[in-house]
Amino acid sequence: MPQQRRPNQLFRNLHAKVAAIPMILTATIVFVGGTLWTVLYSFTSSGLLPRLNFVGLAQYERLWSTRRWLVSVENLAIFGVGKMVFALVIGFVLAALLDQKIRFENTFRTILLYPFALSFIVTGLVWQWILNPDFGVQSVVRGLGWESFSFDPLYNPDIVIYGILIAALWQTTGLVMCLMLAGLRGIDEDIWKAARVDGIPMWKTYLFIVIPMMRPVLITALVIIATAIVKVYDLVVAQTSGGPGIASEVPAKYVYDMMFSSQNLGQGFAASTMMLLSVLIVVIPWAYLEFGGRKRHG
Amino acid sequence: MADVAALNTAGVAADAVSKDLAGPRGARPRRAISRRNVFLYGTLFVISVYYLLPLYVMIVTSLKGMPEIRLGNVFSPPMEITFEPWVKAWAEACTGLNCDGLSRGFWNSVQITVPSVILSIAIASLNGYALANWRFKGADVFFTILIFGAFIPYQVMLYPMVIILREIGLYGSLSGLVLVHTIFGMPILTLLFRNYFTSLPEELFKAARVDGAGFWGIYFKIMLPMSLPIFVVALIIQITGIWNDFLFGVVYTRPESYPMTVQLNNIVNSVQGVKEYNVNMAATLLTGLVPLIVYFASGKLFVRGIAAGAVKG
Repeated sequence: MPQQRRPNQLFRNLHAKVAAIPMILTATIVFVGGTLWTVLYSFTSSGLLPRLNFVGLAQYERLWSTRRWLVSVENLAIFGVGKMVFALVIGFVLAALLDQKIRFENTFRTILLYPFALSFIVTGLVWQWILNPDFGVQSVVRGLGWESFSFDPLYNPDIVIYGILIAALWQTTGLVMCLMLAGLRGIDEDIWKAARVDGIPMWKTYLFIVIPMMRPVLITALVIIATAIVKVYDLVVAQTSGGPGIASEVPAKYVYDMMFSSQNLGQGFAASTMMLLSVLIVVIPWAYLEFGGRKRHG
Repeated sequence: MADVAALNTAGVAADAVSKDLAGPRGARPRRAISRRNVFLYGTLFVISVYYLLPLYVMIVTSLKGMPEIRLGNVFSPPMEITFEPWVKAWAEACTGLNCDGLSRGFWNSVQITVPSVILSIAIASLNGYALANWRFKGADVFFTILIFGAFIPYQVMLYPMVIILREIGLYGSLSGLVLVHTIFGMPILTLLFRNYFTSLPEELFKAARVDGAGFWGIYFKIMLPMSLPIFVVALIIQITGIWNDFLFGVVYTRPESYPMTVQLNNIVNSVQGVKEYNVNMAATLLTGLVPLIVYFASGKLFVRGIAAGAVKG
């Protein structure tokens, strides 16, 4: 561990401090300062401009009685659970398939990962087109003779969020697969040998030995997916613009619309504070388990 | 690239499959067609087709004329190839009152991406270097905050950032957006560089110190030349990330300097006029082209970057 230098090299460390100024400013002013500022102003009646007249929890009461917000939260929950489960499962299965010493591994990997290089806007627009009921999947299946076939997620309020989920999974699973593959490659081959000697079937080896050993990679994947879930915004904007009606609204879009088009800053701050809260509920226990009590090492 | 890593992975993979293979180890008999292989490659092939489908759809749609699109479906190949949609998307497509196509958005994105990438990587690599090799009191606190900051939804810091930019007079300008990208790229990049520098043998650093090299000397003469791969990884992350950004672009710039993604969305999702799907798909493909080129050109490095970040992070 290259940490702890010998005591006090104050003179030289001055350079390190200077080099770290952008980081210090970002951490304190933008991250801590900005967050506290938003939380503080979520208790005010700010409209077009931020103003400090406190109204207690009024913004929150209004937020939680707004249908659009409730729909947004519900959508995020469905989307989040779906994306987390499917991204991890599909990502792992793909990685396991690629890990079978196959030919053309690089080709397959390149194909599976390329969507990750594309933006959510591009992803959303392509899938909007593919899921177009008049020209896309639905019309193709109908053209094959199944006339009553109906698959129009982007125009059906009940399932629109799944239409977005399909696009999101297409974009993300390649990344998860790559993370998992790296994790699989990091497993000592002696483990496999030992499992084989003991006559443990392959799927059991994966499930009970390999996956538990991949804990760091799994956590990384989990955290990456989770952050992406809360951030989901551009995909929805591109694919459905929140429609039909408000059926595919998400919290991040609510915040943006309140702040920059409805001139209702207070609502935007309250909504973003709720987003922050939901992230903290996940991140703090995780950080505590991961780093708390233990000495950190590089 | 190959050597140890390749050997290792080959070994693991071989072990994984050798259960199915009877007989002694060593040179393995090659059986091209077995049930296992058919299943394995069949599955992978189907999945690959699924993943490639959107790209295919984009390409064929952008090469069709509108009459043909109305007759067929999204998957049918073009009967008459036309490049008109591409020209139109690049030079004539309308957003609001402007009808100069995506080219404007493209150049805006270039002007945003280039300085943002350079600035963010320069700053983050120095941060990472200071954190890995020159830890000062309190550094960990700021680093922890920074990493926590990566989890804070951008929405929380969106408006405070507007105020900061307005105070320093950069709100609405491209430099403002560059600053925003530098700030919000900092957590992941700093982590990347810190982890990489920490993994370098400490003896190098010590030897340089003994030889009298200082903070900047070690950085430029030892760390930089040794970390080219990680710089390329950072470059890839940042170019694709910043090019693909939508939220910051739409919040912190004015309509005339919107990046390509924002302009693309405005073109495709505009409610006025007849929908020209072929132009839309050409525009979409054009916007996706830059990150795709970066991706295909960087190939293994892209993957290695992800892998390295995951295993160590």
